[in-house]
Amino acid sequence: MFFEEQERLEKEKKSWENKLLEKTLSKYPERKDKFVTGSNREVKGLYDPTDIKELDYLEDLGFPGAYPFTRGVQPTMYRGRLWTMRQYAGFGDAEESNKRYKYLLKNGQTGLSIAFDLPTQIGYDSDHPMSHGEVGKVGVAIDSLRDMEILFDGIPLDKVSTSMTINAPAAILLAMYIVVAEKQGIPEEKLEGTIQNDILKEYIARGTYIYPPLPSMRLITDIFEYCSEKLPRWNTISISGYHIREAGSTAVQEIAFTLANGIAYVDAAVKKGLDIDQFAPRLSFFFNAHNDLFEEVAKFRAARKLWADIMKNRFGAKDPKSMMLRFHTQTAGCTLTAQQPDNNIVRVTLQALAAALGGTQSLHTNSRDEALSLPSQKSVRIALRTQQIIAYESGITETVDPIAGSYYVEKMTKEIEDAAMDYIDKIDQLGGAPKAIEKGFTQREIQNSAYEYQKDIESKKRVIVGVNQFQSEEEPIKDLLKVNPEIEKKQIKKLQEVRQNRNETEVKEKLSLLKDAAESGKNIMPFILDCVRNYALLGEICNQMREVFGEYKESLKI
Amino acid sequence: MKKSRIRVLVAKPGLDGHDRGAKVIARALRDAGMEVIYTGLRQTPEQIVETAIQEDVNVIGLSILSGAHMYLFPRIIDLLNERGINDILIIAGGIIPVEDIAELKKMGVREIFTPGTDTKRIVEFIEKNVS
Repeated sequence: MFFEEQERLEKEKKSWENKLLEKTLSKYPERKDKFVTGSNREVKGLYDPTDIKELDYLEDLGFPGAYPFTRGVQPTMYRGRLWTMRQYAGFGDAEESNKRYKYLLKNGQTGLSIAFDLPTQIGYDSDHPMSHGEVGKVGVAIDSLRDMEILFDGIPLDKVSTSMTINAPAAILLAMYIVVAEKQGIPEEKLEGTIQNDILKEYIARGTYIYPPLPSMRLITDIFEYCSEKLPRWNTISISGYHIREAGSTAVQEIAFTLANGIAYVDAAVKKGLDIDQFAPRLSFFFNAHNDLFEEVAKFRAARKLWADIMKNRFGAKDPKSMMLRFHTQTAGCTLTAQQPDNNIVRVTLQALAAALGGTQSLHTNSRDEALSLPSQKSVRIALRTQQIIAYESGITETVDPIAGSYYVEKMTKEIEDAAMDYIDKIDQLGGAPKAIEKGFTQREIQNSAYEYQKDIESKKRVIVGVNQFQSEEEPIKDLLKVNPEIEKKQIKKLQEVRQNRNETEVKEKLSLLKDAAESGKNIMPFILDCVRNYALLGEICNQMREVFGEYKESLKI
Repeated sequence: MKKSRIRVLVAKPGLDGHDRGAKVIARALRDAGMEVIYTGLRQTPEQIVETAIQEDVNVIGLSILSGAHMYLFPRIIDLLNERGINDILIIAGGIIPVEDIAELKKMGVREIFTPGTDTKRIVEFIEKNVS
């Protein structure tokens, strides 16, 4: 903006404030003393060109597909290809989940997203004492390659991309996926998909850790190394803010803590001697989408810009692909209410819209009944249809980054970027993300935000429709999904059959070689692949590494 | 004379890692003047009962969102019964389907607070029901 133009604008604004605005306010005061976003950041009544006078279009926004990627990671975004519609699913045993995947693919879903049960995620076989009552509950139970073969039966792995929410045992599930593909006659270099493989946020917010941070980071960098040579189209990690936000963080904390974790992974890989432009293009991210539409869009844009800057200037990446923050989004489970569950469809619509306006690469939309139980088939279909309506009917996909240039959104993008950078600086001062987690800093910040949020709801500073206002009596939703209680027995029986039919000597030998590799520091992937091929159980493989690496125990502060 | 403070064990049974609710409630109960002990994640029923006895609590608050409540809650109640303990108030929260709530109450879980519950309601419930 030219200087004179700006001066005129500021003069006109003053005059508007003094005459029109003040008169209105004296007659009709505003509804609240202070207006805030969903994450408690103050919002002004009006944004205008003076708010973005520092904004430099080329430097701060640029063009889509080019540095700093604020407007998106591809030049044409959804005009070229829509986001991948990827519903997170899995429950019971492999047979049942296989049916659900086929159902979703038939209904127009374009990628798979596998939910594993907690014993699988924590490295216990289904017959382990800690697994009682948990088998097949929040996802599918996988004990051995046998289960994976059933899970993907009739689904050609060169035709789908598969995302697996697996962290501590990520190397094992990836190995099983590779071997299933092998058996389908598909070479590993053709495989497309993602493993979550983000252990740091497990210590912070999600809780499915096994080993302490140091050996866990080593497993992660082993995977980076293996995949950069053998699976060039595989996303080796999905650095996740989703669970950090679910645990109660603000939007700023979500991206700040996620990017700080990202920095720690890149640091570890560089220290191992990997070339940044070899592995960084396969790093991916995973964020949450809440109800505050504009704040969420600003958050996604700020995250892209920050990561591009970090990769280029902090780590000296040369390949633009290393600087691109590609991300998956899931709508916010924690905003769903048990009361008047149909209202959740509307919340999910707003959140999905934010994700699409924010330029997501893939999206999971939650189902209306998730505050009550696992989603029913009907609810899942509505959730998928919600994405399809946004994609095909809303018109927002027809141009790139349609809300760029909004005074409010651009201002907020900058504010979120700055606030997140302050956190990243603070974490650097504490010695990096693993140290900040060890000291409990990250967890405490999130807990404080969660508690503030709850207090705001209880004092009605924040209105949640159907919960603290507009309550009404409703018939509970019928036909909630129930996991068959016989699953656990069935799964244990299957596991025993696998044990009986495998070559025990071979399994023992491969497991012992794996243990040696864990001790020696060799890349662990080939050894895990050998164990998996011989039907070693997930728990057995994890136990070998438990013996070498030890187990993590959280230190508690509330 | 001042009444002694109510002691509450907030516990996360099983493998579930969702601890936002448990931590928020632990803090709300503490702000309401109670003594709160939080177990942290991955507690077996045996560990929870042992801690409750060691810490001499008046209340056990169980939080679970993984769907394993129909196995873990009854197990905790059985263990308490085996040890002859019947003066601890047991309450719970999380993602618990309506039909399970009725059954759990029959087994001895006194109240179940589902998502959206005001923490003040939980405080009042505890104050009213701790003998």
